[in-house]
Amino acid sequence: MTPRPSLVLDVVLDLVFRTALLFAVFLLVAGHNAPGGGFVGGLVASTALVLRFVTGGVEEVDRIVPVPERVLLGGGLFLAFLTGAAGWLLGGAFLYGAKGDLDVPILGTLKATSALVFDVGVAGVVVGLVLSVLRALGGPDEPPTPAGPVGATPGTDETESAS
Amino acid sequence: MALLAVLGLHGVVAIATGLLGRQLGRRVLVVALVAPLATVSLLVADLAGVIPSTALAADVPWVPGLGLSIDVALDGFGRLFWWLIGGIGVAVVAYAVPYFGRRDDLGRFAASLVTFMGAMLLLTCTDDVLVLFVAWELTSITSYLLIGFEDRSARARSSALQALLVTGAGGIALLGGLLLVAASAGTTSLTEILAVAPNDGVAQVGLALVVLAAATKSAQVPFHFWLPGAMAAPTPVSAYLHSATMVKAGVYLLARFAPAMAPAVEWWSPVVVTLGAVTMLLGGWRALRATDLKALLAFSTVSQLGLIVLLVGHGAPELVHAGTAVLLAHALFKAALFLAVGVIDHQAGTRDLRRLSGLGRRMRPTAIALGVSAASMAGVIPLLGFVAKETALEATLAVPGGGVAMTAVVVIGSVFTGAYSLRLVVGVLGTGDPTRLPDDAVEPDRVPRPTAALEAPAVVLAVLTVVLGIWVVPADVLVSAATVALAGTGAGDLYLVLWHGFGLALLLSAVAWLGGYLVWREPELVDRLARRTARIPDAQEVYRASLRGILSLADRVTAFVQPGSLPLYGAVVLATVLALPGVALVGGLAVPSDLVVAESGLQAAVAALVVVAAIGTARARRRLPAVLLLGAVGYSVAVLFVVQGAPDLALTQLVVETLSLGMFVLVLRQLPDTFEPAPWRFGRAMRAGLSVGIGVAVGAFTLAASSTGLPRSTAGEFLARSMPDGGGRNVVNVILTDFRALDTFAEITVLVVAAIGITLMVRTPLDDDDPELDLLRELGSGPRGDA
Repeated sequence: MTPRPSLVLDVVLDLVFRTALLFAVFLLVAGHNAPGGGFVGGLVASTALVLRFVTGGVEEVDRIVPVPERVLLGGGLFLAFLTGAAGWLLGGAFLYGAKGDLDVPILGTLKATSALVFDVGVAGVVVGLVLSVLRALGGPDEPPTPAGPVGATPGTDETESAS
Repeated sequence: MALLAVLGLHGVVAIATGLLGRQLGRRVLVVALVAPLATVSLLVADLAGVIPSTALAADVPWVPGLGLSIDVALDGFGRLFWWLIGGIGVAVVAYAVPYFGRRDDLGRFAASLVTFMGAMLLLTCTDDVLVLFVAWELTSITSYLLIGFEDRSARARSSALQALLVTGAGGIALLGGLLLVAASAGTTSLTEILAVAPNDGVAQVGLALVVLAAATKSAQVPFHFWLPGAMAAPTPVSAYLHSATMVKAGVYLLARFAPAMAPAVEWWSPVVVTLGAVTMLLGGWRALRATDLKALLAFSTVSQLGLIVLLVGHGAPELVHAGTAVLLAHALFKAALFLAVGVIDHQAGTRDLRRLSGLGRRMRPTAIALGVSAASMAGVIPLLGFVAKETALEATLAVPGGGVAMTAVVVIGSVFTGAYSLRLVVGVLGTGDPTRLPDDAVEPDRVPRPTAALEAPAVVLAVLTVVLGIWVVPADVLVSAATVALAGTGAGDLYLVLWHGFGLALLLSAVAWLGGYLVWREPELVDRLARRTARIPDAQEVYRASLRGILSLADRVTAFVQPGSLPLYGAVVLATVLALPGVALVGGLAVPSDLVVAESGLQAAVAALVVVAAIGTARARRRLPAVLLLGAVGYSVAVLFVVQGAPDLALTQLVVETLSLGMFVLVLRQLPDTFEPAPWRFGRAMRAGLSVGIGVAVGAFTLAASSTGLPRSTAGEFLARSMPDGGGRNVVNVILTDFRALDTFAEITVLVVAAIGITLMVRTPLDDDDPELDLLRELGSGPRGDA
């Protein structure tokens, strides 16, 4: 459909894409103490997806994110809800924030908050939204036409090309 | 707590049957049988004195904030209903097993039916009017599901929708009415409301709405038409919901209110009694001409419900007593009639009265049950129907004032009843004149014999009709307790007896029998009269016409409000902003004294860039440059945020801008290269004026907002609490994910809705085959047939 993009673009894009995704994760995790957060993290990841879309079309996006957008949308919203519901279990109000220290090998002790989980949910919804826009609007310009005109048979085609 | 246990069991059984439907096939109905059996067991245990009477009451808080509680208690009237719901429930579910045969979607049926049972039980035992409303709505919804159970039939779907619209409208009236009455009485407890008996203006409006709601539910004129339509339901449903139980919910409500309200509100008795009288006569008249057996029974139910409303609605203890007796008798004989007709339909493959004859030979038990129940309906001695009708006649005769008129209505109604009962029995069972049968008549000898399991439930109910007629004590115990519960202990000396002696009531009964026989003998007379009244539109037509009217009005309103022009929508929104808050602003506008135009040269330069890019966007002739210039506006604003020291905002703005550019490109592919010129001559000028106006107004808003001197303590407090409470140094993020996390949660919900909306909008083909449009068309045409 589209002409094959250049090798240079392919390589650069791959680098940029991975970097952008890493940056998105960084924003997501760092968000509580530095500029960032789930919303921006999700947006950056989505922008990376749009880049891939620009070069490879919807097929490329489908290859990278092989899940229906509803999984991300619903999953994100549900995760955010679970964070809120956890507040109930901890004896507080809905969305009552909890925080604690988390021992992670290599990285050492991390300050972890339930807000981070909430933010992951937000990011999921944002990526899901962009994904649904890409899939809804990003299809081929013309609806695919049925193969061959109605009533035409392969036999007649062949005779025409032969003559 | 026993009450709540039974109610809870219905919920559990409903869920279980819903889940197990596919695996169990029709055996799921056997599981469903547990629910009504539990109800009956409880009542038997209560009767035997095994459980203390305190077990039949419970009070559990539900929404304490609203003062709502599940306050349940069974009094005499409630017990009568529970007997009917449980007892006839057992018969109907047992009947449904052979009726349906093998199919795998009965889980849905069983779940709806058991949910209905539970709702009906709750409705008749709760003391809180709001809980009563919830149960009431639940019966409407389950009724809808059950009428439309055969969801591949368009007639079943539209009948179900019609029933839902009528009873649903009644439900809204009920909510409004109960709230008004409760507000006037100052309590939501039914007992206390009735003790107060409020009759101020507010309460009277509320009571009128309650009567309206009861009329929709109990199929009173002019809302009666949904009931014959509901005959599209499977026969067990018709027998159970649409004759024995659900349609009596309206009666239940009127019976509860009438004894207290009739003395307090002067219009109550005349209005409700007239309602019942008209319904009784109209239903009886229509039943005379129906040819579909179920339609005949449905109109007969309308008529009998009219009689019950006429009796209990009056409010006097004697009439309430008689009404309760008719209610019990009717539930027994009408459920049996429906079940018997269901057997005939099941075996003969038709319910058309004209095509049936001489079926008695093939299904003797059913024939006997049909005959006995029809005789009870016509008030033939010594059946329970006779006992009830005699009691009713004695009671109406004793009413001072309108007693004669009421008695006349009951007698005329009974004449109709006698006539259509004869039509039913003779039409189905009699051999008659073979030459008058149509060509497609059913050959009785070819009708397969029904199984004993299919015939048994109707027979059992018919036996009860006979037994309770001759040995009237059990019925009397139930009815007397119900009357005392409704009309107070003063009604304790009212009894049911089989033989009232040779009095006026017996004479009138005899008149009704004779009249019924004569009317039945002269069908031509009925036909001639019917032709003369055919020009009067019936309620069904009025319903259809008003529905079509509403739909076409909605079409026109939508076409006017949503012409499909995006610029116009934008203009309307912006003009509203300008007209309302904009004008309000003019008075209170003041330039703050400490106004700083720009804090630095960089700020001024970036602001100038924003202005230039914005003007460029507005002046662009082609779409792509416009989008790029709009992006320039966005990026410049992001820079402005950086200069102001808001990195989070800047970051977000930057990424959003990039993403929107991408999205714009996606949409641009589908659009022409250049903008269309403004569609009318002064279009450009108007748009420019509006835009400038909005710009000025937003600038003024900002000035006004910064000059009011609102307290800024929230910022300080958020900053101070960010680290200790939220566990983060980035206060913006802490606000988003902790302090105001509920807002964020709502916002991502909006995002999900938007995503669904985009997908639907883009992917839904724009054509006339929209299933929703089909639904609306179906609605407008309404069900066909005898209704």
